[in-house]
Amino acid sequence: MSSIYVDHAATTPMVEAAMKAMVNQLSELGNPSSLHSHGRATRKTLEDARETIAKEVGCLPTEVIFTASGTEANNIALKGLYWAGRAVGKNVVVISAIEHHAILDPAHWLSTHEGAEVIEIPVTQKGVIDLDFLTKLVSERSTEIAVISVMHANNETGVVQPVAEVVNIAGEIPVHTDAVQSFKKIELSFSDLGVTALTLSAHKIGGPLGIGALILRRTLEIPSLLHGGGQEREIRSGTLNAPSIVAFAAATKSEVYRRDEIVHLRDRFISGVKNVLPDAIVNGIEANRLPGIVNVTFPRTQSDTLLLLMDNAGVSCSTGSACSAGVHEASHVLLAMGHTTITAQSSLRFSFGAASTQSDCDFILSVLPDVIARGRAANSV
Amino acid sequence: MKVIAAMSGGVDSAVAAARAVEAGHEVIGVHLALSANPQKYRSGARGCCTIEDSHDARRAADVIGIPFYIWDMAEEFHDGVVEDFLAEYAAGRTPNPCLRCNEKIKFAAVLDRARAMGFDGVVTGHYARTQIGPHGKTLHRAVDHSKDQSYVLSVLTREQIDGAIFPLGDTTKVDIRAEAESRGLAVAQKPDSHDICFVPSGDNAGWLRDRLGSDVGPIVDQSGTKIGEHKGAYTYTIGQRKGLGLTVPTADGSPRFVLKIEPITNTVVVGAREDLAITSMRGERPVWCGPPASDVPQRGFVQIRAHGAALECTYFVDDSLLVATLDAPLLGLATGQAMVIYDGDRVVGSATICETA
Repeated sequence: MSSIYVDHAATTPMVEAAMKAMVNQLSELGNPSSLHSHGRATRKTLEDARETIAKEVGCLPTEVIFTASGTEANNIALKGLYWAGRAVGKNVVVISAIEHHAILDPAHWLSTHEGAEVIEIPVTQKGVIDLDFLTKLVSERSTEIAVISVMHANNETGVVQPVAEVVNIAGEIPVHTDAVQSFKKIELSFSDLGVTALTLSAHKIGGPLGIGALILRRTLEIPSLLHGGGQEREIRSGTLNAPSIVAFAAATKSEVYRRDEIVHLRDRFISGVKNVLPDAIVNGIEANRLPGIVNVTFPRTQSDTLLLLMDNAGVSCSTGSACSAGVHEASHVLLAMGHTTITAQSSLRFSFGAASTQSDCDFILSVLPDVIARGRAANSV
Repeated sequence: MKVIAAMSGGVDSAVAAARAVEAGHEVIGVHLALSANPQKYRSGARGCCTIEDSHDARRAADVIGIPFYIWDMAEEFHDGVVEDFLAEYAAGRTPNPCLRCNEKIKFAAVLDRARAMGFDGVVTGHYARTQIGPHGKTLHRAVDHSKDQSYVLSVLTREQIDGAIFPLGDTTKVDIRAEAESRGLAVAQKPDSHDICFVPSGDNAGWLRDRLGSDVGPIVDQSGTKIGEHKGAYTYTIGQRKGLGLTVPTADGSPRFVLKIEPITNTVVVGAREDLAITSMRGERPVWCGPPASDVPQRGFVQIRAHGAALECTYFVDDSLLVATLDAPLLGLATGQAMVIYDGDRVVGSATICETA
């Protein structure tokens, strides 16, 4: 049976250069913190990798803090910037309503456990944050806001957020952006954006799982989550994972992702879907989106049924939203865009990657009408 | 066939799914999330819908090598099983929620959904058998009588039995555990679940009291004389002897038993053991698992508890009610329970007991 993978926003295959770099480094001995020759050798390789990544993301090497995941980077940024702000009397955390759970949940944790006031920026029906809301908020409460976190592009809909405008509006307020989905997919430069902090994850760009980075402005000091050896600017402790870091760097240099071709593929896929299922709704279609993500609502269906049927037909896609105890929740992103609980739970996310082809799309379109018909039948029993 | 295997996270459903794969079916594992607020960990023999159980089910599916999904049936379960359970108790009857779950969830909601999605049937780890005979596919007791679950499946219609696969009916539980072990399933030695899954504490009386209130009311004898007080009529069961808290002894010192629960007046009626005896029962809403019974009396067996004895009887249909007259009297029968008729080991059908005499 065919097996089509269109869940590249979840994770995407490692590029060959990254695999080679990782395997090579696995046979090297030496803790990069050690002062002897073995340690120095690992440190040299690792700092080369740091410089490579810094160059790709438009920051200084010293601004790269390696973490074990994007989630960890988000936690360090949001909690650290909040605590730094609170030390000078700022207690408000501002996030967008459509953040990934790796921002939403730490924000709610700060509210529950640290007494932070969390304010969510609403989004328009197009899936873009409401800048007027933010402008008004900042004009009224700028002295109270510790941190603003707005993702660079949404993981469910692919809608790109106006982070540069957020930075303008924010003025002196630190701005963090979760750029996990954008990196290497669209233009992204830490220095050009002017954000205070930015999150990256290796496995979304063809690097290995279990390695990410927080890009944090050079002179900024924030409290840490993990205490120990203080390896990464005293902000993140833990022996650096050299094999994963060199692989991450190799992935950032890879040019296998053909942006224009993916855009073309995505747009043809969308017309194909509209052609076979005219009542399908492509979420965020009016906004500027990432090349590879298509989020479609199929009225009168349930996402989990569709997922099973797509899987059974040989297509690996996603609902895009989180699970609670294995049960799909209505997507908070789609709800924020004006969907009802029912329509938000009638959606699938298809995300294309470097290796996606027209024949993948053709196959999906060939099985989609039957899947949706069965999904509708199951929904009406 | 293309089938859905309902996987609770226990050993039986895991082996059932594995056997279905071996029998050549295309199997997809589904765990039913029946609680809106599942507990994280299983405790003892209680519950089958904790997060830990769903992980056990998923692990079993991965080991067997089949796809696995979780279906959210919490709303259906609450409306069809939990609410029904409460309403029945509130009406003074004693329901069996496992039966209701099979009727409304596993072989209705799940089977209907599966069929709509293009699947042919549902596999479960119930201990029961089906046979194809002159009257089509019929439901029968499991070989392991001590584990036989045909009683709780007796609410299935012929159409539902057509879509049901019970791969464990020919094997004993001991052998199923050994088989699970040899298949590398980590749930091989997981304890059986016994209690009502949605009462995690195992304290049914307390659970009912919390929901239906604990209005004190009279305990009366058959002449209507008040001889004590109870704390919520729902927490009593017909035939119950212990926990009545009566201080007025009977004339001859013999024990008293609950004979009747009257929810409207919140009264519990007690009496002597012999007053519990009944020789006939009538059941409403009969369901036929094979050819329907008629108004012509037939000889057979009736069973009134999940693991109760099969009692010799004569059964027939009177108007729309299923009637069974017993060869020997029976002590303590609550309305609301299911009466299940057997012809040998074949399940004829079932009905909800509404009247005894």
